[in-house]
Amino acid sequence: MFDPTSQCQDALHELYGYLDGELTEAKRAAIHHHLDQCQPCAEPYDFEAELREVVRRKCQEQVPDRLMAKVRAALAKEQASGA
Amino acid sequence: MADQATFADQAMDLMPSLYAAALRMTRNPADAEDLVQETYLRAYRGFGGFQEGTNLKAWLYRILTNTYINSYRAKKRRPDETDLDEVEDLYLYRRIGGLEAAMAGRSAEDELLDRFTDAEVKEALESLPENFRMAVLLADVEGFAYKEIADILDIPIGTVMSRLHRGRKALQKKLYEFAVARNLSEPVPDDAHV
Repeated sequence: MFDPTSQCQDALHELYGYLDGELTEAKRAAIHHHLDQCQPCAEPYDFEAELREVVRRKCQEQVPDRLMAKVRAALAKEQASGA
Repeated sequence: MADQATFADQAMDLMPSLYAAALRMTRNPADAEDLVQETYLRAYRGFGGFQEGTNLKAWLYRILTNTYINSYRAKKRRPDETDLDEVEDLYLYRRIGGLEAAMAGRSAEDELLDRFTDAEVKEALESLPENFRMAVLLADVEGFAYKEIADILDIPIGTVMSRLHRGRKALQKKLYEFAVARNLSEPVPDDAHV
């Protein structure tokens, strides 16, 4: 185990803010710099980023053709009745 | 003010993402299809109120969410008020992140996480209590910013952040259950990589 410095604690505390793109530019740069130097912090960052990507990719869906057709028909009907 | 005639051109391409969200919300394909259709009708009728140049996807999600809350969730007697257990930070990383070291070679955790099936990831997300599920879905699957999520769900940004924080940990806990059930969390034997 490594001995967490205050920089490490700060980096782990800001992990989601960093991955979510919600930090100020200065803060983001400071953490980026720290991760370049600190493998024990970079590992959970990489893991969380990869997990996010896996979740996003595996939750995609294909729209059934019949749904696309139903929506198009409903909108056309709505347009005709409103004209 | 947006022109209704341009609605379909702009909005139809967003349907895969709205349909995926509707499935995670309703957890039922028939309801999800109805929800998407109702969302498009409401959006079409209200398109005059949409400001061109602003985020159409976020605007559609707000309608999707409101339609869901008003129409579909009403089927239940009470809104989902289930809360979440406390889960430690980096729950999954602390349990399977270390396997990286046990698995030689290229980015091992990529492979490890990729072993979850689509169905498992979807089920894990759908297992979250509704408030948490919506926040995680909007942030992690759809990539909305905190402010956009706050607008879509009509809640303060601080609430978005706390729901995300706890929802993500609960999602990891569920995924770990799947990993254990399928022995995904077992270190790969050395000879598997020779």
